[in-house]
Amino acid sequence: MIRLPLVLFLSAALFSTGVYGVLARRNAVLVLMSIELMLNAVNLNLVAFGQALHDITGQVFALFVITVAAAEVGIGLAIVILIYRNRETINVDEVNLLKW
Amino acid sequence: MVAAETSEALVRPIADPGWFLTYSWLIAFLPAMSAVLTFFLGKRTPGKGSVYGIAAVGASFVLSLGVLWTFVEGERGFYEASLSWFQIGQLHMEVGVYVDGLTAIMVVVVTAISLCVHVYSLGYMKGDVRFTWFYVVLSLFTSAMLVVVLSNNLFQLLVGWEVMGVCSYLLIGHWWEDHVNSSSAIKAFITTRVGDVPFMFGIFILIFITGFTTSNIPEIGEIVSGGGASVALVSAAALLLFGGTIGKSAQFPLHVWLPDAMAGPTPVSALIHAATMVAAGVYLVGRLFFVFTDADPVVLQIVGIVGGITMLGAALMAFVQDDIKRVLAYSTISQLAYMVAGMSMGPAGRTGGFFHLFTHAFFKALLFLGSGAVIHAVHTNNMSEMGGLRKKMPITFWTFLIGSLALAGVPPLAGFWSKDELLVVADHGGHQVLFIVLLLTALLTAFYMTRAVLMTFFGEFRGHGEPHEAPRTMTGVLVALATATVFVGLLGSPQLGAVFGQWVFFEEVEEALFVPWIAVVSTLAALLGIAAGYRLYNRYRERDPLRSLGPAYTLVSNKYYLDDIYWKGIVRPVRDDVSAAVYWNDRNILDGLVNGVASATKAFAGLISWFDVKVIDGAVNGLANIAGFTGGLLRYIQSGNVQRYAVFLFAGVVVLAIIFTRI
Amino acid sequence: MTGAEIAFIIVGVAAVVGAFRVVTARNVVRAALYLVVTLSAVAGVYLLLAAEFVAWVQILIYVGAIVILFLFGLMLTKAPIGREALDNQRRGVAFLVAFAILGGLVYLIQGAFDWDAPRIDPIEGSVASVGTSLFSRFVLPFEVISLLLLAALIGAIVLSRKEDRP
Repeated sequence: MIRLPLVLFLSAALFSTGVYGVLARRNAVLVLMSIELMLNAVNLNLVAFGQALHDITGQVFALFVITVAAAEVGIGLAIVILIYRNRETINVDEVNLLKW
Repeated sequence: MVAAETSEALVRPIADPGWFLTYSWLIAFLPAMSAVLTFFLGKRTPGKGSVYGIAAVGASFVLSLGVLWTFVEGERGFYEASLSWFQIGQLHMEVGVYVDGLTAIMVVVVTAISLCVHVYSLGYMKGDVRFTWFYVVLSLFTSAMLVVVLSNNLFQLLVGWEVMGVCSYLLIGHWWEDHVNSSSAIKAFITTRVGDVPFMFGIFILIFITGFTTSNIPEIGEIVSGGGASVALVSAAALLLFGGTIGKSAQFPLHVWLPDAMAGPTPVSALIHAATMVAAGVYLVGRLFFVFTDADPVVLQIVGIVGGITMLGAALMAFVQDDIKRVLAYSTISQLAYMVAGMSMGPAGRTGGFFHLFTHAFFKALLFLGSGAVIHAVHTNNMSEMGGLRKKMPITFWTFLIGSLALAGVPPLAGFWSKDELLVVADHGGHQVLFIVLLLTALLTAFYMTRAVLMTFFGEFRGHGEPHEAPRTMTGVLVALATATVFVGLLGSPQLGAVFGQWVFFEEVEEALFVPWIAVVSTLAALLGIAAGYRLYNRYRERDPLRSLGPAYTLVSNKYYLDDIYWKGIVRPVRDDVSAAVYWNDRNILDGLVNGVASATKAFAGLISWFDVKVIDGAVNGLANIAGFTGGLLRYIQSGNVQRYAVFLFAGVVVLAIIFTRI
Repeated sequence: MTGAEIAFIIVGVAAVVGAFRVVTARNVVRAALYLVVTLSAVAGVYLLLAAEFVAWVQILIYVGAIVILFLFGLMLTKAPIGREALDNQRRGVAFLVAFAILGGLVYLIQGAFDWDAPRIDPIEGSVASVGTSLFSRFVLPFEVISLLLLAALIGAIVLSRKEDRP
C-alpha cells in the first residue's frame, strides 16, 4: 500500500543525517549514536525491499543487523570508557596519538 | 800406399737383425733402471745398493758382446729402429737406436769399463757416507753415455750428452764438503757448457738443413752427402759441432776443467774422465763424420791444429805434476788429442782414432784405478810422498807397469798398435807436421810415465804409515784390465787381419798396413823416452831436475797461465761486475716499471672510486632522499583524527559513485 | 494516497525530525532521548510494512537495551554540555558531505522509480516465516551470530576490567 520510493527517501534522509552526525559530533558516544542512525536506515531499506519482493530474506537480514549493532555498541562503549579512564576525556579530537 | 777396397755401398741396413740387435736398446735401458732401483731401494738392500748397478751393467756388457758378435761374424751394415715420439709442426721427434760396428765397439768399451769401475768401487768407496748415491749416479751416467752412443737422432744424443754433464758434476763434487771439490765440479760443468753452446747451434744448423723436419742422423747424412746444403753451411755446422768436442773432450782451449776434475773419487776419474765421457766428443766427430768430410777442407785442418796443440801442450804439463792423478789427467788430454788429430786425417784416420779410443780406454782406466789403489794405501795423491811401493803392492805395481808401457807405446801392448796406425795414416796422408807432433808426443808420453812409475814405485818410501795391497775387489779389476790391455791391441794389428777396421769404417773398409820403418821409429821414440826418464829419475832427488829448465818450467807448471787468464778475464768480471749490473737493472728498471704500473692502477682505481662515491652513490642517495622528502610531505595527512578520516572516506564514496554512475 | 501512506508520512516525519535533533542537540541526554523517538518511529514504519517481528525486536533491542547502554555510557563519562563542547570545527565540511550523499541517493532513487511506483504488497504473518527461514536457510549465520555475541560479551568484560596486577 505504501509506495516503495517513499520508504527509500526516508531511509536516505536518515542515512545522511547519520553521516553528518558521525563527522560533526565531538563526543564519542554521540558518534556511536549517529552510527545507529545509519544502521537503522539500512534496516529500513532491507525490510522495504524484502516486503516489496516478497522475500523473507530482507527481514532476516535486518535481524542480523540489529544483533550486530547490539554487539558493536557494547564493545564500542567499553572502548570509550577505557579511553575516558586513560585520558579523562572522550573528545575524539583529542584522541590523536597516531598523528604524524 | 793405402789400398782401399772399392765396393758398392757397405753402409746399408742389415737384412736380418738378430736378437741382440733388436734388443740393443736394453743396453742403455738397464743401467737407467738400476739407477732408479738403487735410488729407491738402495739403502735397504744388503750391500747398500751396489748390486743393482753391477747386475745391470754386467747384463749390458753381455748384451754388448752379443751385439759385437754380430759384427765379428762379418756383418757390415747397420741396424736402425725407432719409435716416433711426437711432432711439432714439421719437426719429427723420435726415440731410436742406430747400431753399426762403431756402436758395437763403443758399447763394449763403455759397459766393460763401467763394470770394472762398479766392482772396483765396492772396495774403494767402502764406508763412504754417500755410497748408495754414488752408485745411483754411476748407473745413471753409464745409461746416459750409452744413450749417446746408441742414439739415432741428434736430440736424443743431446739429452744423453747433457745428462752426462750433470752426472759428471755430481760425481766430481761427491765430497762436496770440501770447497775445492765443489768448485772443481762447477768449473767442469761450466767449461763443458761453454763448449755445448756452439754444439747446440751446430745441431740446429743440421736440422735446418733438413728443412726443420728431423734430427735423424742417417737422414741428415743422406741430405748432406747428396749435396743438399751449401759447403759454407756444412762447414759452419762442422766447426760448431767441434766446439762441443773441444769442451767435452778437453781440448785446447777448454781443457782447463779436466785436471781440476781429479778432485773427484778415483773410480769417477777412471770411468768418466778417462774412458767414456771425454771420449764422447771424439765419438761425436766420428759419428757425424760426413759433416766434416763434406765441409770445406779447412775445417779438418783446424781440427788437426787444435789436436796438435793440445797434444804437445798437455804432454809438457804432465812433466811438472806432483799429483799422480794430474799426471794421468794431462796424459788423457794428450791422448784425446791423438784421437782428434786422427779424425782430422780423413776416413783412415777416423778408424785409427777410434782404435786408439778403444785401446786407450782400457789402459787409461787401468792406470787410474791403479793410482786409486796407491792413493787408497798411502792416503795422499802426491808422488813426492810415495816411493818403494813396488814391494808393498806387487799386483798394483805390475798392472800399473803394464798400463804405463801400453801408454808409452811399447809393442806388443795395445798402445803400440793404435799409435802406430795413426802414424801410418799421417805419413801416407801427407800430414807431415802432424806426423812429427805425434812422434814427439809419444816420446814425451813415455818420458813422463817413466817418471811417474819411478817416483811412485821405486826407491824408498817417503810417506807415513804402512801401505798395504788393495782389497781383492780392486786388484781383481786391475788384473782384468791388464789382461785386456795385453790382448786388445791385437784387434787392430795388421798381422792378424786388422779386424777392427772391418767393424769401424767410413763408407769403405780401409786396409790397415804395416809399415816397418814407422813401427821401428815409434818404438825407438818410446824407448828413448823411457831411457831419459830413467836417467833423470832413477834416484829420487828432492828438487825435481826439470826445474833447471828455469822459465820454461815455471811457464808450464803454471799451466801457461791460461787458468789465470780465464779467471781474471772472464770469470771475475762476469761474476762481480756483470751480475751487479744485472741486479741493478732488475731492482731499479724492471721493478720500477712494475711498481709504476701498480701505482698507475692505484691512481686509476682512486678515480673510479671517487666516481662511484660521488656520482653513483649520489644518484642513489638522491633518489632515497626524494622518497624521504615526499614522505615527509605526505605525513601531514595523518592527523590521528578518526572523523577526519571518515570525512575523506565518505567524500571519496560520493565521488566514486558519481564517476561510476556517469560512466 | 492510501491511509497507510498517510500514516507512513506522519511517522516518517517524526523519524526525520528526531534524527535531526539527535545530531544537533546541545544536551547529550536530549540527544539520546531524541534517538529513542527516531528508533520508535522506525519501528512504527516496520509495523506499517507488516514486518511485526522486526518491529518488536527493534523496540526490544534498540530502544530497550542499546539506548540504555548509551545512557550508561554518557553517565560514566561525564559528557560536557554546550555547542562548542559537542560539535567540532568541521561542521561545514560534514554538512556538505552529508548533503552530497543525500543528493546522490535521492537522485538514484528517483532515477530508478517512477512516481507511479508499485506499492508494497506485504506478506502477512512474518514471525513464522522468519523463524523457518532463520533455522533452515540461514542457520549457519544464525550460529555465527551467537558466537559473535559471545565474543562481544567477553570482549566487553575484558576491556573494561580494571588492571589490578602489581
